[in-house]
Amino acid sequence: MRGRPSLFTRYEADGAIFPNNAQRVWFVVGLIAVAVLPIWLPRDWMILIATAFIASVGVIGLNLITGYAGQVSLGHAFFLGIGAYAGAAFGGAATDKLTGLGLDILIWLPAAGLTAGLVGAIIAPIAVRLKGLYLAFLTLGLVFLGEHIFREWDSVTGGPGIGREPAQLSLFGWRFDIDGSIGGFDVTREQQIYWLGLVVLIIMGFLAKNIVRSRIGRAFAAIRDRDIAAEVMGIGLTRYKVLAFAVSSFYAGVAGALLFTVTGFVTTASFNLLLSINYVAMVVIGGAASIAGSIMGAAFLTLLPRMIDAAGDVLPFLEVGSQGILSTSQLERVIFGVLIIAFLIFEPMGLYGIWIRIRNYWKAWPFSY
Amino acid sequence: MTTFLQATVAGLSLASIYMLLALGFVIIYKSMQVLSFAHPAIMLFAAYMVSWMAIDKQLNFWLALALGVVAAGVMGWLAERVAVRPMIGKPLFAIAILTIGLDIAIRTPVNNLIGVNIRSVGDPWGFGTLQLGDVVIQHRSIAMVVTAFIVGSLLFAFFRFSRVGLAMRATAIDQEVALAQGISVGRIFSLAWIMAGGMAALAGTFASSDLSGLTQSTYIVALKALPAIVVGGLDSIGGAVVGALIIGLAEAYTATYQSQYLGFLGGNFSQVVPYLVLLIVLLIKPYGLFGTEEVERV
Repeated sequence: MRGRPSLFTRYEADGAIFPNNAQRVWFVVGLIAVAVLPIWLPRDWMILIATAFIASVGVIGLNLITGYAGQVSLGHAFFLGIGAYAGAAFGGAATDKLTGLGLDILIWLPAAGLTAGLVGAIIAPIAVRLKGLYLAFLTLGLVFLGEHIFREWDSVTGGPGIGREPAQLSLFGWRFDIDGSIGGFDVTREQQIYWLGLVVLIIMGFLAKNIVRSRIGRAFAAIRDRDIAAEVMGIGLTRYKVLAFAVSSFYAGVAGALLFTVTGFVTTASFNLLLSINYVAMVVIGGAASIAGSIMGAAFLTLLPRMIDAAGDVLPFLEVGSQGILSTSQLERVIFGVLIIAFLIFEPMGLYGIWIRIRNYWKAWPFSY
Repeated sequence: MTTFLQATVAGLSLASIYMLLALGFVIIYKSMQVLSFAHPAIMLFAAYMVSWMAIDKQLNFWLALALGVVAAGVMGWLAERVAVRPMIGKPLFAIAILTIGLDIAIRTPVNNLIGVNIRSVGDPWGFGTLQLGDVVIQHRSIAMVVTAFIVGSLLFAFFRFSRVGLAMRATAIDQEVALAQGISVGRIFSLAWIMAGGMAALAGTFASSDLSGLTQSTYIVALKALPAIVVGGLDSIGGAVVGALIIGLAEAYTATYQSQYLGFLGGNFSQVVPYLVLLIVLLIKPYGLFGTEEVERV
C-alpha cells in the first residue's frame, strides 16, 4: 500500500520478511556496506566480526528453541562441540592419530549440522517429557557428559590439552584459509573467512526467518505460550519439540564447525558450561524470539572485549592492569554478568527491544510522546 | 569388603557436602520458586573468606568459619535483595539466567582474590585419621557427616516447630495467602537466601579442607549438587538428602571401581557420574524421586 506502509490487507503481506520497501532498501544498503567493509578493516577486526557472524548462526539456533519454542537449553555448547568435531572429522586432514576425511566444505558443513541435528533428535524424546527447570538440568548434564566424551574420544578430538585442527575451508579446491587472489585482486585469509561467514549467516538467517513465519514457527510459539492449549489445538507436542531440538542442534552444528576454523584450532576444553552460558546470554541480551536480535546479541557480546579495551584507552580509570582489583578480561567477565542481570531486569526484549523503541520514537518525530 | 566400606565412607563425606548445598537450593526454590545458579559463587566466596581469615589473618578456624557463614549469608541476602527481588513474577527461566549472570559477576572477583595457587582453609582436621578395623576414616569425613547431620536435624526442627519455619512453609505453599496471614513474604525470601548462603559456606569450607584445597575450580562441587536436588525432586527437602546420598555414593563407588571394571569409560569418569544419574532419573521420573508432579489446569 503506497503511503500506508503499516496497513496489511493480506496475511502474506503481514508475514513478509520485509514488510515495506524502505526496509528492503535499507537491508540491501546495509548488506553492501557490511560486505565491502573488509577492504578497509584491520585484520583483527575482520576476524572478530567473522566470529560474530558465525556465532550469530549458533545464537539463531538457540533462539529457535529457547526464544520461539520456549524450551530452555543450557546444552548448546554440547551441540556446538558435536558440530566442530563432526566438521573436523569430515573435512579435516587425517594424521596417524586423527580421523579426517578431508572433504569439501559443501559436504562437511551440512554434514556437521546434520550430525548435531541427529544427536539432538535422539536426545529430544527424553527432553520432551521435561519442562522448565528440569529441562535446563538435563541439558546442563549433557554439557558435562559431552565434555567427558570429547576428552576421551581422542581419535576424533585429539584428546585434552592436545586438540586438533578443524575442518579445512576448501570449496572445489579453492582455499579460504590461505591468502589468494580473485581476478587480480589480492584477498587475505581474513577477508575470505569474513565473506564466508557473512554468506553462511545470510543463508541460515533467511532460513530461520522462513521457519518462524511458517506453520512450524507458529506451532513453536503456541507451545511456548501454553503447551496444553497448543496440544488442544492439534499441535503434536512431541513432534514439534523434537523438531525444535533437531533444528536448533543443526544450527549449532553448522556454527560449531565454522567457529573454530577462524582460530584454526579446536580444543576439548572449549565446550564447557561457560560457552553455553555465553550463547544464552547472547539470546537474552539480543532479544528472545527475534532473528535480528540474535545477530545483535552475538555481535554485541563478541565485540564487547574489544569495546572494553577501547574504552580503557579513553577512560584511564578502567585501565586496572595486573596489579589492580581486576584485569581487563576479568572486568569483561563482570560486565558480562552485570549485563545479563541488567537486561533481564530492565529490558527483557533485549537490544532488539531497544532498537524497536528507538525506531518508534523517530517514526512520529517530532510528535513522539 | 574393605574397599567397599572405604568407598562408602568417601561417598558419605561427599554426600554431606552435596546435602548442605542441596538443602540451600531446595529452601530457596521452595520459598520463591527460584533456582539459584549463583550458589557456586556464594560458596566460593565463603570458602575464600574462611581461608583469608584463618590463614592470612591468623584467626581461630572456628571463628573464621563462623564469620565465613555470616559473610555468605550477607552475600546471599544482597544477591536476593538487589538482583532477584525485582524479578519476582517473571518466568522461571529468566530468573535462572539472571542468577547465572549473578554467579559470573560475583565469582570473577573472587577468582582473582583466590589467585592461581592452592589455598588452605586452615582446618584443624588435617590428615588425621581414625582406624576402624581395616577401614581408614579421615577426621574431616567424620566432621562433615556430623555437621551435615546436625544441620539437617536443626533444619527439620526449625521447619517443624518454630514460628518462622511455619511461616516459611506457608510461603512455600501459597505466597499470597501467606501475605494475607501477616507473614512478611519478602523477609522469608531474604531468610531463605541467608540460610542457603550459610550452608553453602559450610559446604565450601569442607570441600576445600581436602588435599585439593581451595582453587578457582572448587565451584564445580556446587554444580554437582544440582543433580542431587533434581534426583530428589526440586521441592522436596527429604528428597535433597536422599538425592545427595545417591549422588555422593554413586560418585565414590565409581571412583573406586570404574577403572577396574569399566575402564573403557575413561579417566575421571566419576566426575560426570552425577550427571549420568541425573539423566537416568529424569528419563524414568521427570519430576525426580520425591518432587511434586505439576498438575496443570487448562
